Amino acid sequence: MAIRVIEDRCNGCGLCIKSCPQAAITVDNKLAIIDLELCNYCGSCVSACRLRAIAIEIEKQPKEDLSRYNGVWVFGEQFGGKIAPVVLELIGIARRLADDRGSELGVIVLGDKLDKAAAELAEYPVDKVYVYEAPELARYDGERYSRVLSDVIRELKPEILLAGATTTGRSFMSRVAVQVYSGLTADCTGLAIGKDDGLLYQTRPAYGGNVMATILCPYTRPQMATVRHKVFPVSMKRNSGTKAQIVRLKPKPQLFGSSSEILDFIEQCEATVNIVEADVIVSGGRGIQDPANFALLEELARTLGGAVGASRAAVDAGWIPYCHQVGQTGKTVCPKLYIACGISGAVQHQAGMASSETIVAINKDPDAPIFQIADFGFVGDCLEIVPLLTKKIKTVRGEA
Amino acid sequence: MKICVCIKQVPATTEVKFDPETNTLIREGVESQINPFDLYALEEAVRVKERLQEQGGEATITAVSMGPPQAEEALREAISLGADDAILLSDRAFAGADTWATSYTLAKALTKLDPDLVFCGMQAIDGDTGQVGPGIAVHMDYAQAPYVAKIESLDKHKIVVKRLLENGYEVCSLRLPAVLTVVKEINEPRTPSLRGKMNAKKAVIPVWKAADIEAPEDKIGLQGSPTQVVKVFSPPHREGGEKWTGEPGELADRLAGLLKELEIV
Repeated sequence: MAIRVIEDRCNGCGLCIKSCPQAAITVDNKLAIIDLELCNYCGSCVSACRLRAIAIEIEKQPKEDLSRYNGVWVFGEQFGGKIAPVVLELIGIARRLADDRGSELGVIVLGDKLDKAAAELAEYPVDKVYVYEAPELARYDGERYSRVLSDVIRELKPEILLAGATTTGRSFMSRVAVQVYSGLTADCTGLAIGKDDGLLYQTRPAYGGNVMATILCPYTRPQMATVRHKVFPVSMKRNSGTKAQIVRLKPKPQLFGSSSEILDFIEQCEATVNIVEADVIVSGGRGIQDPANFALLEELARTLGGAVGASRAAVDAGWIPYCHQVGQTGKTVCPKLYIACGISGAVQHQAGMASSETIVAINKDPDAPIFQIADFGFVGDCLEIVPLLTKKIKTVRGEA
Repeated sequence: MKICVCIKQVPATTEVKFDPETNTLIREGVESQINPFDLYALEEAVRVKERLQEQGGEATITAVSMGPPQAEEALREAISLGADDAILLSDRAFAGADTWATSYTLAKALTKLDPDLVFCGMQAIDGDTGQVGPGIAVHMDYAQAPYVAKIESLDKHKIVVKRLLENGYEVCSLRLPAVLTVVKEINEPRTPSLRGKMNAKKAVIPVWKAADIEAPEDKIGLQGSPTQVVKVFSPPHREGGEKWTGEPGELADRLAGLLKELEIV
């Protein structure tokens, strides 16, 4: 492996110097020089160079015949037989990828008593629903699930595998990627098949959304990605009466060993909690002033069928539990509408919500940074505006 | 009990901005810090050690980091915050590692240290993947719990943890040895003690290279990484839109009208 400057292309312009996060490049006598002690092969300079004068070369060959891998698969995450909403978003984009590859689309579901879930999935435009059922798989267990899925992958050889970037999807796919020794790209927001090479181009944000990177997995299969919630539209059901074929896989109990045991599940069933799946988030920050005032946001969220978010300041003050926190050290969300109430909008907060479809900000301070990214800004006290807004909506609906 | 904590040194701010003219990264005076989630991991390790000591037991904490030579700073900081010692994995051959090769490299070093418990942060704030912790567990064949929000109990053979899911918490029991990745909710990290700072100053931090952890070249660094970054670019710039001022009632009316336009209500 090596990074090198192609000397007859480089004109010493220095764009690469600015792009290098490692400060590993200098220009001497109109030629870029890369300090190999500092370079970490991040590829920023390769992207930055307009003359294509920097190349990262890897002497690598696939260890097996990659043409034996076929088909796009979606991990059909379920909880108690209920399919996770993100799966329907994955089916939409995966259908497109499968069509572009001219291959089949499969959904694989692991669990117990999956008849209903499988029948539901078969109504979507997928070709096959793979069902792997066993009582031991009723609940997600990282060890069991990853051993089972790795085994199925080795046998059926899908070319692409997508999962939701949920808490389960992220840790589960990390395990499978290590077991099958293939590449996994986290939290993708863009997926496309390369026209020339047929590879999966996986685009994801990094550095809190300040940088986008496109990633390939050229030498190993399957090409694996977890996909962010709410980025891709939910797939429509098939309009014809046809259904996907349901393929039952034979369980192998020898794979079901585990060194952990689930003792309990404490459900937080309030709909206002699950911020990553919400279409509307009403979020509060320091400007909420008192924990009791979060009730105002909750009422608005409930009226809009949304969830309640919070800034780090509000969580650290103990006003609302951590599971509501949006931002760098909380959750990343991209709802249709994000209403930031009394949130100044530090970069750390923006990292978690800047990709929302529409951002509305309500803040007393007209210079709050949140206004720089808000599509619609309201300069005023959210504690006054929010209850009036809730009342107004209810009045229009005839609820008040 | 032997405890290891994985530490990543990350830029002090993720406010990496692109120059839209030249499509290049602007990095001005970027300082580094310990990945915030790793601070919760370290703090939890220290709390476990303190609890064991109260019960008459013993524990040692080793902080481990893979990175360039300057990542030593982060490890010294980890010692000031309560780690007993630290190991830096630094070798040119590790450069360019993706999450597969990173988790492999850390796992090889951890195997040599043979801990009962490994703590990691749930993810790093620069890469945001959350893939390394679970990867380490698989490479080492350790039990694993991601997104841990609380340690309920711990004895010689097992640990009971409460972990955060989208729709609630799950309580599970793991046989040791185990890898835990922790969320912010788990604790509030302390600031360095005077004694910790002195220890950090004095500490000799060994540097392990690929040969020291018996890591073959085709499984580490760029060479061992299944994924490749082919393009780095700036996300679409978001501009602030219209801004209204006025009486609360007026603003609420306007906002209600907007929600109707957006077909939210």
